[in-house]
Amino acid sequence: MKNPFVMGCGEFHVNYKQDLAIWKISRVRVRVMVMVALLAIFPLIASDYIVGLATLCGIAAIGALGLNILTGFTGQISIGVGAFLGVGGYTSAILTAKLGLSFWIAMPTAGIITAIVGGLFGLPSLRLKGLYLAIATLAAQVIILFVISRWDTLTGGTAGMVLSRPEIGSFVFNSETSYFYLMFVILIGTTIFTLNLFRSRVGRAFIAVRDRDIAAEVMGINLFKYKVLAFIVSSFFVGVAGALLGHYTMVVSPELYSITVSIEYLAIILVGGLGSVFGSIYGAVFITLLPVFLRTGVELLSGVFPDLSNVLNGMKEVVFGLVIILFLIYEPEGLAKIWKNIKDYFKLWPFSY
Amino acid sequence: MAFFLQMLVTGIVVGSVYALVALGFVLIYKSSDAINFAQGEFLLIGTYVCLTLITAYNIPFIVALFIALMFSAVLGFVIERIVLRPFIGEPVISMIMATIGLSSALAGLVHIIWGHETRVFPQIFPEAPVRLGEVVISPVYIWSLVIVIIMLIIFTFFFKYSKLGIAMRATADDQQAAMSMGISVKTIFAVSWAIAAVVSAVGGILLGNINGVNASLSAIGLKVLPVAILGGLDSIPGAIIGGLIIGVIETMTGGYLDPLVGGGLKEVMPFIILVFILMFKPYGLFGKKEIERV
Repeated sequence: MKNPFVMGCGEFHVNYKQDLAIWKISRVRVRVMVMVALLAIFPLIASDYIVGLATLCGIAAIGALGLNILTGFTGQISIGVGAFLGVGGYTSAILTAKLGLSFWIAMPTAGIITAIVGGLFGLPSLRLKGLYLAIATLAAQVIILFVISRWDTLTGGTAGMVLSRPEIGSFVFNSETSYFYLMFVILIGTTIFTLNLFRSRVGRAFIAVRDRDIAAEVMGINLFKYKVLAFIVSSFFVGVAGALLGHYTMVVSPELYSITVSIEYLAIILVGGLGSVFGSIYGAVFITLLPVFLRTGVELLSGVFPDLSNVLNGMKEVVFGLVIILFLIYEPEGLAKIWKNIKDYFKLWPFSY
Repeated sequence: MAFFLQMLVTGIVVGSVYALVALGFVLIYKSSDAINFAQGEFLLIGTYVCLTLITAYNIPFIVALFIALMFSAVLGFVIERIVLRPFIGEPVISMIMATIGLSSALAGLVHIIWGHETRVFPQIFPEAPVRLGEVVISPVYIWSLVIVIIMLIIFTFFFKYSKLGIAMRATADDQQAAMSMGISVKTIFAVSWAIAAVVSAVGGILLGNINGVNASLSAIGLKVLPVAILGGLDSIPGAIIGGLIIGVIETMTGGYLDPLVGGGLKEVMPFIILVFILMFKPYGLFGKKEIERV
C-alpha cells in the first residue's frame, strides 16, 4: 500500500490523456474530493455567523471567477463589475418582485440579461485595448448606475428594492445553512465550468488573445468574436453572483454597486491570482474576510486606542489599498502562486535546487 | 440668452479647472505611460492641507497656498518613488491596479485625518458680484479663471524654454533616445508626478473656494478621464481644450437637461460623451494614434 504521507515529486505524463486531465494525479482528485466534502459538512458544525461569512465569500468567488475569465484569462480589464453585479441583482429583483416569477427562472435570466449588457459594453473592445478599454468599462459603470438610480418606475430609484429568499415548493431558503448549500452548488458548477472552459477551443482562444492578440489573429482566431464572447461569459457569472447576493441580503440599492465594489472584485482576482481558477476563490475569501479581521483587530485594540473604531472605514480603505499595492509589488501572481511555491518547496524538499 | 451666457461662463470656469487637473494627468501618461486613478486624491489632499493651514493655524492664504503646493510636490515625488517605480515596464493592468490601490489608500487616509463633513474656505476673494452686461459673475470665478490661465501660460513656457521642460518633452517623445542624451528618465518621472500633484492641488483649492471641501471633490479625479480622452491622452493642448468643452457641456446639461430628467445627468454626461469618443475617435481630438507592429 502507498504511504499516504508521501508527496508527489513531479508530474510524469506518458500520454496526452494524462496531460489534458483536470486533476493530473489521482491523489489530487481524492484530496479535492475530501476538501469539497469537508466544506459541505462544515455548515452543520459552524455557527450561523461563520456560515453567513462563508456564503458571502462563495458569492464573491462566483463573481470573481466570472471577472477572472475576462481579465485574468482574456486580458480585457473591466472596472465595471460593480454595475454588472447591480444589473444581475436588479433583474432578479424586478422579475421576482414585480413580475412574480420564481427565483429559479429569475436567476438564470439575470445572468443572461447581464451577459447581454456586458456584451454590449464589450463591443468597443474591438478597437480599444488596455487603458482605453479600462476607461470604457469605467464609463459603463457610471452610466449603468445612473440608469439604475433614475429609472424610478422600474428600479425604485435610490430607495432600492426588497427581495425575498428563494423557495422550492414549501421549503424556503431562510436559514444561513440552506442558503450556503444553494451558493455551494452554484459555486461548484461555476468552478467546474471554468476549469473545463480552458481545456476547450474557446478557452484556449481566450488565452491566446490575452497573450498576444495580433498573433492570435494571425492564427485564425476571430478577435472580435472571442473578445465579446469573453465579456458575455464573464458577465453571465457576474450577473448570477449579483442575483445570489441580492436574494441573500434581500435588498438591492444603487449604492451597493458603486465603483468601490468594482475595485474590490479587481482586488480579489489580483490578490488571488490573475488567470487562476482557484486563485479567484482564495482571493474572494481573503478580501471578504479582510474587513472582518480588521474590525476584530480594532475591537481588541479599542481598550488602548478608544478612537480607533471611529476611523474604521478609513482604515479599511487604507489597508485595502496597501494590500493591492503590496501584492502587485511582491507577488503579482497572487495567493495561487504563493500556494504553489509552498507546494513546490515540499515537493523537492530537501533538495530544493 | 442671459441664462445661456451665465451657463457658458460657469462652464468655462469649471472647465478651466478640469483642464488644469487633466494637464497633470496627461503629463504622467505622456512621460511614463501610466494612468493615474489617484489624481482625485492628490487634489483632495492638497486642498485639505491648504484649508487646515488657513483655518487651524491662521496662516494667510498666499503662504498657505505656497506651503500646500510644496507639500503636494513632495507627496508626488514620494509616491512616485515608493509606489510607482516598481511598475515601470510592467503590464497595463498592474499599473492601473497600483494607482487604484493608491487612490483607495489615500482616500482612506483623508477620511481618517479630516473626516467626512463638508468644510468651507474662509472668504478669500471679494464677495460683491461683478456684472458684465446681463451676466452676473462671482469674483471667485474670475480669479479661478485668471489663476488657471496664469498656470497654463507658466507651463507652456516651462515646456518650451526650461531645460527640465525640454528634457520632459524629449522623454515623452522617446525614452531611450532621451536616456542616451544623458537625461535621467527616473527624475523626469518623479518631476511629472510632482507637477501632477501640484496642478491637482491648485485645481482642488479653486474648486474648494467655489463649492466647499469634502471627500466627493475627488470625483474630479474620474471626470478627468473623459477630458483627457476627448483631447487625446498624450496631448497637453488637447487636455486644455477637452477640459473647456467638457466643462461647458456639463454645465449646459445641468442647466437645460437636468430639470427634465430630475437631476443627476450632469455628472454622467461626461461619461456618455466618453463612450461616444471611444467608439468613434478613440485617440481623441489631438492624440497620437498608436500603431502596433508585430
